[in-house]
Amino acid sequence: MTTTTPVATKPKQLTGVKGRFAATRTAAGFAAGAVVLFAVAPLALSDFRLGLLAKYLCTAMVAVGICLAWGRGGLLTLGQGVFFGLGGYAMAMHLKIADAGPGQVPDFMQLYGTASELPWWWRPFANPGFALAATVLLPMAVAAILGSFIFRRRVKGAYFAILSQALAAAFAIWLIGQQATTGGTNGLTDIQGFFGYDLNDPVNQRMVYFVIAAALLLLIALARQLIHSRYGELLVAVRDSEERVRFLGYNPANVKLVAYVVAAGMAGLAGALFVPAVGIISPALIGIVPSIELVIGAAVGGRASLVGAVLGAVGVAWAKTALSEEFPAAWTYFQGLLFIVALAFLPGGLASLVGIVRRRRSNQALAGDAA
Amino acid sequence: MTVILGQMFTGISIGAVLLLIALGLSLTFGQMNVINMAHGEFIMAGAYTTYVLQKSISSAGISLIVALPVAFLVSGALGALLEWLLIRRLYLRPLDTLLVTWGVSLMLQQLARDIFGAPNVQTRAPDVLTGHITVIGGDDPLTFANNRLFILGLAIAAVVALSLTLRLTPLGRRIRAVVQNRDLAEVSGISTGRVDRTAFFIGSGLAGVAGVALTLVGPIGPTMGTNVIIDAFLVIVVGGIGQLKGSVIVAFVLGVLQSVLEYSTTVSVAKVLVLVAIVAFLQWRPQGLYTLRTRSLV
Repeated sequence: MTTTTPVATKPKQLTGVKGRFAATRTAAGFAAGAVVLFAVAPLALSDFRLGLLAKYLCTAMVAVGICLAWGRGGLLTLGQGVFFGLGGYAMAMHLKIADAGPGQVPDFMQLYGTASELPWWWRPFANPGFALAATVLLPMAVAAILGSFIFRRRVKGAYFAILSQALAAAFAIWLIGQQATTGGTNGLTDIQGFFGYDLNDPVNQRMVYFVIAAALLLLIALARQLIHSRYGELLVAVRDSEERVRFLGYNPANVKLVAYVVAAGMAGLAGALFVPAVGIISPALIGIVPSIELVIGAAVGGRASLVGAVLGAVGVAWAKTALSEEFPAAWTYFQGLLFIVALAFLPGGLASLVGIVRRRRSNQALAGDAA
Repeated sequence: MTVILGQMFTGISIGAVLLLIALGLSLTFGQMNVINMAHGEFIMAGAYTTYVLQKSISSAGISLIVALPVAFLVSGALGALLEWLLIRRLYLRPLDTLLVTWGVSLMLQQLARDIFGAPNVQTRAPDVLTGHITVIGGDDPLTFANNRLFILGLAIAAVVALSLTLRLTPLGRRIRAVVQNRDLAEVSGISTGRVDRTAFFIGSGLAGVAGVALTLVGPIGPTMGTNVIIDAFLVIVVGGIGQLKGSVIVAFVLGVLQSVLEYSTTVSVAKVLVLVAIVAFLQWRPQGLYTLRTRSLV
């Protein structure tokens, strides 16, 4: 069951003048993005709105990974919430331990009175270095183990999507069941400090925003590098015709595994930075519904285009806040409709509109020349 | 001893519910390759149909009997409408059907919330189904709940009806022909578009029947579809896509496994362990329990 996406996504390997122009354009795009994120947004937005933007940028970081795994690699992963959650919980566990102070257990454990000392699997997270590394490496390790099982046996397409979705459901159910050590349905809430900085201070909230913005730009650069490398070509080739790539002597399982693991690491980092920005991580943020919502943004913006996926994720998250504040019920209809229209009638997302318009314009120009 | 038998029965009754919710999917997903995430909401539509009928028919027994065919028609009509509006444009992009129908399911959930309100509602089971049969009496009795037995019977009846329809009727023959070779079927004069829509009608209608059954074991609410849909998909995937007998076996095996694991651990741990078992099983048989053997490389 291979899906051929009728979207032109082959990265152009340009050389000469045209290549230099493309490189300049990319650099200009990055500079513009950096100016917007680091200068315009902090000046134009109130502290509250900037906090919301920080949250949206976290979803955008997940979308970068989705663009890589799904848009380029054809791996529809509906379980990115799991990796987001692993990163988020790793970070939140450390911050909770740090908040509690030496020798104390986090507040919710005292409340239930179930644990007088930290459970063994919490203890390593007291070390900031370990916790920080775990936010990225833990999701990557889980993805590597799972992916190597799944891809080696050529589980793909719908099977993969459904398995990844079941994984998100199982992870959320498991977290809810472990009330005493994970906070259950509530999750880990009320996080006060971030490596010694008080998160209630707006200045420190701004700092968290800047860290998130920088991380997003870094991830975009990393993904762009990957997409425009030899590996990126191979990934698209696996998506479009896995068997041919196998006949050429490559192992498609490994190609897919790399994209899946990198996407998981990106989601993990996003989850980790989401925690200080919002002050909470809970099963409600990582189950089936939020996992699919993470895909929605990327799909609406354009799954195969980095810029499209990122802008789509931010735009859909923003629209959700804005519209659900005004019309709580109508938003869901709009969200569903947006999804249907974007995917059924514009499979490349909004990003493909640019190409369509450009092509139409050049066709008109050609027609004009001929006339 | 009776504890083990009791657990077995619980497992089989979980399996019967699983089978009922997965049965419609085995047609729309298994045969037609459409990943319909709104299937759970068709189940919900069946459940709400039961609720509405009970409001208007005072006798719980009669309303349940009436609900079965009406729910089949309501959900089936929804399914045929969905097929006509959206899915027929997407047959070549199965993964996109998943996401598009997810959008549909969001809208249907909100629609249910607007019509019936966000809180769950409940139906009254007919008196016949509220009791239980005592199989072994004495100090350590073994009892089977009547509503569970009814669902088991309903599941068996639905499987038999579907498999006979596919095997013996002209419609079934046409569906099988389209599934096996769409182009050749078209050339032989079968209107594939109409067959697709009919198959979708039947598959979605079966979701409605499952919805009626679910009202006997739990509350009815806007999110009830989301809660069951993943389990249903897992049954199909593990059973082998397009394999009815695979779905039947797997539904009961998973039901018993779930019940045994719940007995020895907790509900949440059991869910995780079942998923681990499924991933492990797919290592052994990546295409599910039964595979359609083809020479296709895809």
